[in-house]
Amino acid sequence: MRQFDYSRAASPADAIGTDARIIAGGTNLLDLMKLQVETPDRLIDVNHVGLDRIERDGDGVRIGALVRNADCAADETVRRDWPLLSHAILAGASPQLRNRASTGGNLMQRTRCYYFYDLDAPCNKREPGSGCGAIGGINRIHAILGASESCIATYPGDMAVAMSALDAVVEVEGPNGRRDIPATEFHRLPGDTPERDNTLEPGEMILSVRLPAPLGGRHIYRKVRDRRSYAFALVSVAAVVAMDGGRMSNVRLAFGGVAHKPWRVPEAEALLEGQAPAPDLFDRAAEAVLDGARGQGHNDFKIPLLRRTLSAVLAEATEGAE
Amino acid sequence: MDVTLTVNGAQQTLQLDDPRVSLLDALRQRLDLTGTKKGCDHGQCGACTVIVNGRRINSCLTLAVMHDGDEITTIEGIGTPDNLAPLQRAFIKHDGFQCGYCTPGQIVSATAMLEELRQGWPSQLTGDLGAADLTDEEIRERMSGNICRCSCYPNIVDAIRDAAGETGSQAGGQPGARLAAEGAA
Repeated sequence: MRQFDYSRAASPADAIGTDARIIAGGTNLLDLMKLQVETPDRLIDVNHVGLDRIERDGDGVRIGALVRNADCAADETVRRDWPLLSHAILAGASPQLRNRASTGGNLMQRTRCYYFYDLDAPCNKREPGSGCGAIGGINRIHAILGASESCIATYPGDMAVAMSALDAVVEVEGPNGRRDIPATEFHRLPGDTPERDNTLEPGEMILSVRLPAPLGGRHIYRKVRDRRSYAFALVSVAAVVAMDGGRMSNVRLAFGGVAHKPWRVPEAEALLEGQAPAPDLFDRAAEAVLDGARGQGHNDFKIPLLRRTLSAVLAEATEGAE
Repeated sequence: MDVTLTVNGAQQTLQLDDPRVSLLDALRQRLDLTGTKKGCDHGQCGACTVIVNGRRINSCLTLAVMHDGDEITTIEGIGTPDNLAPLQRAFIKHDGFQCGYCTPGQIVSATAMLEELRQGWPSQLTGDLGAADLTDEEIRERMSGNICRCSCYPNIVDAIRDAAGETGSQAGGQPGARLAAEGAA
């Protein structure tokens, strides 16, 4: 690990507007610093600034940036009204990591692309302009949607996929004040600047994540992976579906493991909205989600895998419901 | 910089001249608490699991300087050779190890895991996110952060189920606890 200066923030103001790298749980950042993929000169520790509560906000809740993943998943209100979020968090990492990892830090976690981790390999995300080892390389875990000629990495997390489906809003503060970023716009596509994972500006800090009023319906987070526990998603599907007189309503879908950001396709949700559940309709929704999908060789399987996983999730979400 | 830790009930102040020291290295190299093991050093194996302020975490993925004022329990604080904790006795009884390297992490992790269960925390297997029964599947899922390369998993599960049954009477009255402990002695 490279040398760095360490300081502890007493309040968010100590961390906002500085060029120091913010450390919260540290479960991803310290791993990357040990490998020298990340080499910050200064760390500012925000573990003691507060922001560690889940509070009512109108019909919704506000989850502080320092709320640990384990606490968020176990929160009674989240479990009852936004079970999708609990399911997604519990599908990720290990209990030890969830006890330490924070809400804000989880949003900031970086890709698990092998080439990003390998200092001897080219990687435009780690070293802009050096090339992409994954294109034409080993790319089983990589993106099938929204990739670019510079980068085919995926955003690896689960929590943000659920937040995207739930229309969550990320509340951030920077030197120029506060702003809201919809969860669906927090992460970005790589384009020709894959070194930027998200739309956070320099000096900004995540304060909280706001969940709007509960959607009701059934909440399902299905994660397909190589191991049953403690593995990243090859494909994940977050779904909320309510049934009203035999027809689907309040449909929300988001997908993990397939792109540089949680993938959400409003057109696919609109196809299902107000319709009676049927296998051919599920297929058409999957086609809408997969519009423009392209495999890279080793990850071609993700295209049929996503289609089948979505069909299975929709069947489960609508089965036996009136 | 000075870092004051309460480790296994004893308050200790460390002078660290480098912020890069992980909590794991501070425990092992500065406090001579070598029961906590360094396996992968990247948060993947769980051999370094300790309990900080009541929560099990990977001590390799956190800096000692981040824990000024924290309370830490290591395997040395769980039980001693003369006074074994129920989980330690159960690991011996059920032969829950071969080389033993992962065992301190397994036992510290399981100690905290049973407390999480008593508090009614769900896992990804807990379909309705309600209080979970301590089935073998739940034990496996909740212990997935601890790898055993000798693959003693069946005996580890037996040991945890057994020890949970032994302490279950204390937990039974608490909300959310439904320790089934089927097959427990």
